[in-house]
Parts: sequence; structure tokens; C-alpha cells
Amino acid sequence: MIVESNTVRFDSLTLDSGSTLGPVDVAYETYGQLNAAKTNAILALHAFSGDAHAAGISPETGKPGWWDNMIGPGKGFDTNRYFVICSNVLGGCRGTTGPASINPATGCPYAMSFPVITVGDMVRLQKMLIDSMGIPRLLAVTGGSMGGMQALEWAVSYPGRVVAAIPIASTTRHSAQQIAFNEVGRQAIMADPDWNAGDYYGKQPPARGLAVARMVGHITYMSDDSMREKFGRRLRGKQDFSFGFDVDFEVESYLRYRGSQFVNRFDANSYLYITKAMDYFDLAYKQPSLAAAFEPAESRFLVISFSSDWLYPSYQSQEIVRALRSRNCDVAYVELESNYGHDSFLVDVAEQSELVRGFLASTFEKAQ
Amino acid sequence: MTAPTVPSPAFVRDLLGRRDYAIISEIVTPGARVLDLGCGDGELLEWLAAHKDVKGRGVEKSGARVQRAIARGVSVFQGDIDGGLADYPDRAFDYVILSQTLQETVYPRAVLREMLRVGTRAIVAFPNFGHWRMRLSMLTSGRAPRTALFPYQWYESPNIHILTVLDFEELAALEGLTIERRYFLAGHRKVTLMANLLAEVAVFLVAR
Repeated sequence: MIVESNTVRFDSLTLDSGSTLGPVDVAYETYGQLNAAKTNAILALHAFSGDAHAAGISPETGKPGWWDNMIGPGKGFDTNRYFVICSNVLGGCRGTTGPASINPATGCPYAMSFPVITVGDMVRLQKMLIDSMGIPRLLAVTGGSMGGMQALEWAVSYPGRVVAAIPIASTTRHSAQQIAFNEVGRQAIMADPDWNAGDYYGKQPPARGLAVARMVGHITYMSDDSMREKFGRRLRGKQDFSFGFDVDFEVESYLRYRGSQFVNRFDANSYLYITKAMDYFDLAYKQPSLAAAFEPAESRFLVISFSSDWLYPSYQSQEIVRALRSRNCDVAYVELESNYGHDSFLVDVAEQSELVRGFLASTFEKAQ
Repeated sequence: MTAPTVPSPAFVRDLLGRRDYAIISEIVTPGARVLDLGCGDGELLEWLAAHKDVKGRGVEKSGARVQRAIARGVSVFQGDIDGGLADYPDRAFDYVILSQTLQETVYPRAVLREMLRVGTRAIVAFPNFGHWRMRLSMLTSGRAPRTALFPYQWYESPNIHILTVLDFEELAALEGLTIERRYFLAGHRKVTLMANLLAEVAVFLVAR
């Protein structure tokens, strides 16, 4: 399945911070067919470093989408039955307006003059996209990690527009530990002299800082088990230690490789803005309780967590479920067994697919 | 959605292979809000949703079973029944079902209280340890009884709080509960006399 990326432009977007941004481009892809009644649309929401290319093969890069194992004909999100939409988030660097975009007022990239954004802003922009497509109600909003945050935000901000929400390996707010890892990433970028207070476009980007940030990120996405299985203490192309600081261990080689690869596809300032949006996200912000925050929600929920995910541990998903249960909302929850840590929702999808398939089928039937 | 129909108990029995389900499906009124504790694969809730248009929710400890239940479209929460109901508001359900699970809970009395806090009525089905086969097995073998209903070795059994019909009625009285209906089953037959001796499975409908 070869897919094409589309872009739509909106004149302006009002942000949670009070400022306005415009014009705003949104890059998105779609898979499957919207039915005549427009009742089979699913919005897939990407995680921190994802993009609009969720499924199929990109003609540009030749690469499969980030959830290609979940979205497609006969897959968990079955494109023979459903119409799946995925857009790049606000602040991103893969087609949607972000800090690397040109500020029409100056003719230069926004860089650090880009306004600080929130998950709420991302979702507000997605709603404009869905409106522009003439879809009255989404059958489901779904995503893992930051995608799950957006799904939760959709459910409480636009309750009448969402039949079901499927937040996976996610949370209603970052813990100190999650903020801490993000801060390490941001500091790695900002400590790189090439960052230059964000003004590096057309010059040498802060590749070393961004690579270190990505290395830290990758550690948090895996588990002790999966790293032991994948790397152990194996040496990289040598029989003995080099007694130096070149790559000795496989895991060092892997992290360096992933770090350097990331630099080619991701903008350092987007890293700063999007991680900050995740850290600010708190569904119960200025609310007496999480249960109160869920008061407007009308949708069904399927909440999934993974046993080895220590970055977004199951207790955070269980907090969502407990709050929803206290409101007597329709919520299903399961912790899936997996060794792949936070990455499980992207790589260990067999059971997840079955859950999603059944949940969507019954949701679709009830909604007709 | 299938229109609610009066279920035929024989059909339920044959469909689900569980005698107590037939009784439960008789009790539950159409359109009711139902919570099924220890709901397994969610087969009862699925059936009740399809045939009696109930709004069903389930709680199940086994992750594999929760997966199968969700995959069949039933809203099930993976969790423990002991203490797992605390999040639900009072009277959130018309019926709270505990089918063949009371004897597996750590705090059966607390579970019963919680059931009647979150639900208006509780339906409790359990294997009757007072059945004559159990008594005979114990008397003749001198060992922890093993029968078709209690097939486990004592060291492998999930049944940690075995009880009889009389035991349950006594607890209900102690808790000040009203027993609105009671059904006793042996095989596919209903038992009317000497239930504590002849019933293999008891089903109680209780309210506070």
C-alpha cells in the first residue's frame, strides 16, 4: 500500500497560552475509505517522534509507517472497514507547522519565537482538520504514549465528536521521572553550542545534543529484559575491550546509530517544544480531581498498558481507569504481558490487535 | 442490536455450558445495568447484552481472559474482586453478579458488602460444599473431598472459602440481607427439597 501525504492550511489557531498562530499547515495521511454515513473514521495520534506516516509505504522514503503493523487491510485497525487518519502534530517537523517553519512575518524560521504549545493545542488543530474533512464524529481516537494523551484530551474536550477512545501506554500527566528524562533531553540539546539559542537553521544543527537526547529516549523506551536480550554485554566487532572510549559494546553502537539517524529526520527545536507540551499536559489541571476532569467525557474507553513499560507504568493507566470507573464510564482495561518496555505498543502488537479489533467492532455496531 | 427476548434456560445452558447462567439470565431484567465479577471470557455479559439489552461491565483477574472478553466487545477491567470495587460509586448497577467465584475470594464477606454497595441487588452463585457427594467423599476417603464440582487437589484449589447453602443463608442473615429468590440445581434439574444436601449449585438473589 503506497500512500500519499496531504497538507491542509488553516488561517490561524488560537493557543492555550493566549497567543495566535497562523497560517498553520497540517500534514496528514489517510488509509481506507470513509463510508457514506461518515461513521467509520478513526484518528490515529502519533507519539513524540512520530509523524503523519502511520501506515503503508511512503513513496518518499520507501519506509513503512510507524504503526504499519496495526493499520491496514485485515489488521487491528482494519482499513477494509475503517477510514484511518493520521496527522503530524502541531510543533512537529514533518509537514505540520513547527519551529522550523517559516514565520510569514519575518520570512525566517520561527525557531525559539515559535509560541509554546500544549497537547490541547495539538488536539484543537486536529479538530480543525476533522471539521475540514466534514466528519461529524470519530469512531475512535487512538494512540500510544503522547498519542494516548491526545486521545484523552479529545475525549474530554470534544466529547460529542468521539465515540471511543483508546489510550495506550499513556498517562493523564507526566510524573517527575518522565519530566526528568525530557529535561535531560532538552538540556543535551541546549548544551550543544551549535544549538545557538535555537538559531541554527541554514547552519550546523545541534546534532550532537539531539543525538544524546535521542539516546536517552531510546533507553527509556526499552526494558532491562529487552536490552539484555538484544545486546547483553556483547562486543561490537571485536574479541576484547579496546581499553578506550570508542564503541566496545553493541548497546553503545546501537544508541549511537539511533542517535545519529534521528538527527536526519527530527528538528531539535521541535524536540524542545513537543517534550515541553507533554510535560505541561495534565488532564486534571485546575480541576478538583481526575474524576472531575473526565466529567464531560461520553465515549467508551479501551485502556491498555504493558507489563514491562517502566516509562509509562501500568499504574498510570490504572489511574485513568479508576477515575473513569468512579464516573461509571464504559471502560475496558488490560495490562498486556510484553518484554519490550514502552516500545511494546509499536512492536508487540499481536494481542493489542485482537483487543482493538473486537473493541472497534462492538463500538461500531453500537454506534450505528 | 437483537431485540430483547425471553431466554430459554435450556438454550442458555447448552450455549454456555453453565447451569447457573440459565438462572441468572432468568433473574436479570431487560435493559438492566449489570456488573459481572470474575466474568471470565465475558460470555455471560455478551449473551445478556445481545438478548436482554443489558449494559454490562466485568471484572476479571486473568489477563488472558480479559483479552478474550474485550476482543468480544465486552467492557472488562483487569483487576481483583477483593477491594477492586472501591472505585465504583454507590448503586451504580442494578445487579452485581458473582458466579462461582465467592469461594475464591480472600474476603467473601467484604466482597458481598461491596456488591450491595455498588449494586441494588446481588446475584451470588456458588458450588454447594454441603452436597451429599462431598460429605460422602470426605467420610469415606478421609481426605479433602474431590468431586466433579471440586476437582482440584487441596494444594492447587482456587477455592479458598468453601461454603454450603446453610452457610450462605447464615451470612446473609448476619449481614441483614433479604434473600429475594433462591434456586438450587443438581445437574440440569432444579432441587426443591433438602437443598443443602442435594444441590450442587446454589443461586441467591439478595438485596440490602
